[in-house]
This record gives sequence, C-alpha cells and structure tokens, in this order.
Amino acid sequence: MVAISVDAPEVTRQHCQKLGFTYTFLSDPNAEVIRRYDLLHQGGGPKGADIARPAEFLIDSTGTIRWINLTDSVTVRARPEQVLKAYDDLKPAAPTGA
Amino acid sequence: MKRRWNFSVWAGFLLVVLGLVSYVTFFVRFPITRDFPWANLLLFFAGAVLLGKGLIRSFRQPELYRGKILGSILAAVSLAGIGFFAYGLFYLVRQLPSSAAAPRLGQKAPDFTLPDQNGKPVTLAELLASPSAGTAGARANGVLLIFYRGYW
Repeated sequence: MVAISVDAPEVTRQHCQKLGFTYTFLSDPNAEVIRRYDLLHQGGGPKGADIARPAEFLIDSTGTIRWINLTDSVTVRARPEQVLKAYDDLKPAAPTGA
Repeated sequence: MKRRWNFSVWAGFLLVVLGLVSYVTFFVRFPITRDFPWANLLLFFAGAVLLGKGLIRSFRQPELYRGKILGSILAAVSLAGIGFFAYGLFYLVRQLPSSAAAPRLGQKAPDFTLPDQNGKPVTLAELLASPSAGTAGARANGVLLIFYRGYW
C-alpha cells in the first residue's frame, strides 16, 4: 500500500509520526506522476494549488492494473472492504502470491 | 400579559446549526454518513419543521408568542446555511477532473520514481518486487496506489 500526494516528504513524515502510519508515502510536489496518471485536479488545493484528485489503483505483481476506483465526489472514497475484495480477486491470477 | 418565549423557533435554529457543523466535525468520520449526508439532512428537516411551527405560532398568535422578527431572521439564516451546505456537498465536492486519460484496467501501470517520507527514491518496479511493508515476510502480490489530495 502506497500513498501519493503533492505534500513534501518532510510534511508527510511528520504526519506519519503523528498518526502512526507505517506504510510508504511518496511525494510528488511537482505533480509529475499525478499528471502522468491524468489525476491532476488543477486549482483543487488551498489557494488554487494543483493537487491530485482522489484515486486508487490496484496493481498485480506483473505491473498490470487490476482494479481502479475514480470517485466522482471528494467525500466518497473506496471503503476498506472494497479494497480487500479487489485484493482477494487478485489471488487466482497471481499463483505465486498469498 | 407577558408573551411566551417561542421555544420551537430556537430549537429549530439550533438543530439547523447542529446539522451544519456536525458533518465536518463528526459525521464525516463514518462512510455511511459521509458518502451521503443523511444525518445532516434529517437534522435540517427537523429544524425546519420546528422553525416553521414556531414562526406560524408567532404570526398567528402574536399576543401569545414572541418571535415574529427574530424568528424570521433565524429562518432566513437557516435557509442560507442549508443552501451553503447543499452547494458545498452536492456541487463543490463533485468538481473533479474526468481523468479520461488515466491508466485503464488491464494496462501496465506507468513506472515512476518518487521520494518516500524519508527522502529515499522509490520506483514502482521496486514496490512490485519487494515484500509489502508492514507485513513481515509476506510476499507482495500487488501494490495499491492511493492518490490523495494532500495538504494535511
């Protein structure tokens, strides 16, 4: 599980320490990867900053995208059980896993 | 005779205020009340009924109940508040880009290199090859990329 945003590593590190997150957070301050994935929300952040729209991609071990969640509302995000189901659905096609 | 305090005008207004502040402070924490603001709409509805009742009372029996002027003001403020809430929650939050060119199901995820929270560069290929963080010994059979808005 990897979280990506425009926040700087320093900001994210403090945030992780505060909230006890142990998974990987990646910083894309210039939104290069966010743009490459066409997820840029122009002017969506405070003071018109460009940020990422919420989006989730599940990628299997071969690098193939197996599940996508592109919400149409900021308030509606993927629920844990949806993600877990998508993850379970990966297994039949990835026999080396589990 | 002293006119009575118009309780339902105030109770209605308080319910509307509670409906306005409780979304961000409380109901946003639970998916079922966050995805669609049922709880807040219920509070607005209950508040509007009480306000309406109080207003009707103050206009029909002004000799018995207070609140003609104040009730009207509170009702107008409530309406504006509910309108603001609806604009934010049913319009503003949906102003997301279409992301029509985003990677699709079955495609290879574009590789990238980005610094992690410790400043160490990480590539997608590495993530796909390495055991998943936090679950010692478990083999990674997938990577979940979560793009989030940031500005925490």
